[in-house]
Amino acid sequence: MKTTKLMKGAALGSLLAASAQVAPALAQDSVYFANNAYRTGPFSGSGIPIGDGMRDYITMINERDGGVNGVKVVYEECETGYDTKKSIECYEQAKSKNTILYSPWSTGATLAAIPRAHIDKIPILSMAYGLSASADGTNFPWVFIPPFTYWDGASLMVKHMAAELGGMDKLKGKKLGLIHLDAPFGKEPIPVLENLAKKYGFELKIYPVAAADMQNQGSLWLSIRRDRPDYLYNQGWGAMNPTAVKEAIKNNFPINKLVGVWWAGGDDDARAGGPEAKGYKSLNLNAAGTNFPVIQDIQKYVVEKGKSLAAKEKVGENLYNRGVYNSMLVVEAMRNAQKLTGKKVINAEDMRRGLESLNITEARLKEIGMEGFATPTTISCTDHSGHSKAYVAEWDGTKWTKPGDWLEPLKDEVRPLIEANAKDYVEKATGWPKRTEPCEKSS
Amino acid sequence: MFYREAGQFKSTYSADMAVFPIWQDRVGIAVILALAFIGVPLIGNDFFISSVMIPFLVFSLAAIGLNILTGYTGLISLGTAAFMGVGAYAAYKLTTFFPGINVIVLVLVSGLFSAAIGVLFGLPSLRIKGFYLAVATLAAQFFLQWAFVRVPWLFNYNASGAIEVPQRTLFGLPITGASASPETRYFVCLVLVVGLTWFASNLVHGKLGRSWMAVRDMDIAAELMGIKLLNAKLTAFAVSSFYAGVAGAMMIFFWYGGGEAADVFNIRLSFNILFMVIIGGLGSLIGSFFGAAFIASLPTILKFGLPALGVPLSGAAAEHVTFMLVGALIITFLIVEPHGLARLWQIGKQKLRTWPFPY
Repeated sequence: MKTTKLMKGAALGSLLAASAQVAPALAQDSVYFANNAYRTGPFSGSGIPIGDGMRDYITMINERDGGVNGVKVVYEECETGYDTKKSIECYEQAKSKNTILYSPWSTGATLAAIPRAHIDKIPILSMAYGLSASADGTNFPWVFIPPFTYWDGASLMVKHMAAELGGMDKLKGKKLGLIHLDAPFGKEPIPVLENLAKKYGFELKIYPVAAADMQNQGSLWLSIRRDRPDYLYNQGWGAMNPTAVKEAIKNNFPINKLVGVWWAGGDDDARAGGPEAKGYKSLNLNAAGTNFPVIQDIQKYVVEKGKSLAAKEKVGENLYNRGVYNSMLVVEAMRNAQKLTGKKVINAEDMRRGLESLNITEARLKEIGMEGFATPTTISCTDHSGHSKAYVAEWDGTKWTKPGDWLEPLKDEVRPLIEANAKDYVEKATGWPKRTEPCEKSS
Repeated sequence: MFYREAGQFKSTYSADMAVFPIWQDRVGIAVILALAFIGVPLIGNDFFISSVMIPFLVFSLAAIGLNILTGYTGLISLGTAAFMGVGAYAAYKLTTFFPGINVIVLVLVSGLFSAAIGVLFGLPSLRIKGFYLAVATLAAQFFLQWAFVRVPWLFNYNASGAIEVPQRTLFGLPITGASASPETRYFVCLVLVVGLTWFASNLVHGKLGRSWMAVRDMDIAAELMGIKLLNAKLTAFAVSSFYAGVAGAMMIFFWYGGGEAADVFNIRLSFNILFMVIIGGLGSLIGSFFGAAFIASLPTILKFGLPALGVPLSGAAAEHVTFMLVGALIITFLIVEPHGLARLWQIGKQKLRTWPFPY
């Protein structure tokens, strides 16, 4: 009895001691990169494919090329369960291990990390999520939000609606519904949609879904049936999306008028609706499918060697490819940082410079096997988003297709709003550090 | 041997009524305080202080709040997280209205707003008890959380609907906002928690605390003895919500530093704090600290401590193991010691008192 108690005490004590000193022990020729992931919890349905894609691309770079210019990327996932409290822990952990980049994978986690990152000098890459206003690089030198923001997405939705109706002037008198997760992530598009509704004369109806009610949207869809919106924009994530698709079918809402934000474009989200989900649409920033050299390399070097966590048939699905795209941005920024500084093993500060002058051209996309996978993206000192292009993807019953062309967001509408909101944020956050980082020339 | 009281005589009433009548206890408290004030900031690194110690302090205070209501007065509440939220939003609004007033004062004042709301939702406790009251306080949880999301005035019409904590200073040193160092934030939390614990200890040892316990043990008997149930129950709700509110404000200002506040104060947090009180020990202040350490800090220590020790646990697996382990430990504790960790602590002290010759 006594010895077991002693052992328990000793075990607990050593645990405490260990968590008190999580000093990194890294080899000379490697960099550490921490990524938040959620393979548990109500958002795991979307989190798992993303995490797999991110992990596999980095593994492929390490396996195929021996790292980025010979520098191995030590990639570590930190499980958050999409919980802000755990995300903050993960941020502190990543910071203590000298990560070159923080990848929050949740708008809530991004919001909590933004003020810290400006003090700790760790760049945040929130790829097409997070605080839209952080696209203003003058006020947010440490946050990067390529290839576009939620506000660009909202403007794309309106543009898509206008294109189907036959012109911006046809928007007058129409009704657009927004189903959104009742959290910062879901509320992001509202200001832009409100602005555009005023300008083009359409009506905006807002249907918030509480996180607890993600799989129980019955009452919400009753209101949708009553209001009869012409189009629905679904800013959903995780378990909320398959439910929305199923409810739309159940309530006889024309499925081709339901358009998801890019995070509502998971294969499993659409598959949940069965054959009737054919025609469901989602904004998209990357192509789906395995028909790209980059995905084939991942299959060759990672999946077939049993080094992937993903099931074979899931490789190439939409969200998986999104994860690949995100990791590609990380790797390209690292390469760029190495070129800028002449160092092989870069640190967080170098990584920020690499991100700020990131210029992914069509030629570069072709070189890395991503021709047609995404559009070129340029980040600059003032513009940390690039406001690149997206397309409206369509579910054909078994896979996502790309029926139309790449579309540009209404940058003229979005950009002034971003600058105004960034200014407002900085004014409210007293003591916000002024930008001292010099601008980098685009490479 | 270690804990012998022989020779410690009490010759005055005040010595007899002291909270810590035994010399060893007073030394113990002094050692713990010295560790907390000097040891932790000296030895712990930033990660330990900001991810283990600050959450521990915040949850301890919240658990004390619920313990006053549930442990001392016998009224069950499932709305603790909502009352914490009231404190957080009140502190946020106050600091935007009065940027000149020190934020520590505002954090304490925000507790008063929470207390007022707590009294409002505590009114049904005069008529109903037990499970029925628990369900009535659930209404507070749902309503308040709904209000945090739907009343844009509360978060100053931010587009993202989140609280952005501004920087505030004390003696020129930033104590909130991102530039406040973990040590500073920890010190502020520690001082608040130690002060409020001392205050709570005085309350429960005084007249008010005795009337609460009388109500808990048998409300009809208490009423016959002349204790006004209305006063006792509503003060319990007020004091409990005050502590919860201060804990909530501390949580956003000194720990989270902004972010999606509405979602933080959800029903899961309410349940977690209830678990802390039950595991730690109902009707015990030290139990609140034990409970907070067990429910809030142990998962973090397991998740980051095990891999640091070289146990290859990754991502989701660590999370699942944590869930299973904490779940199993809760069940074990409740079977082995249903009166919580505080009772285990008491038994341990009793054993030490008679060691090495137990009778």
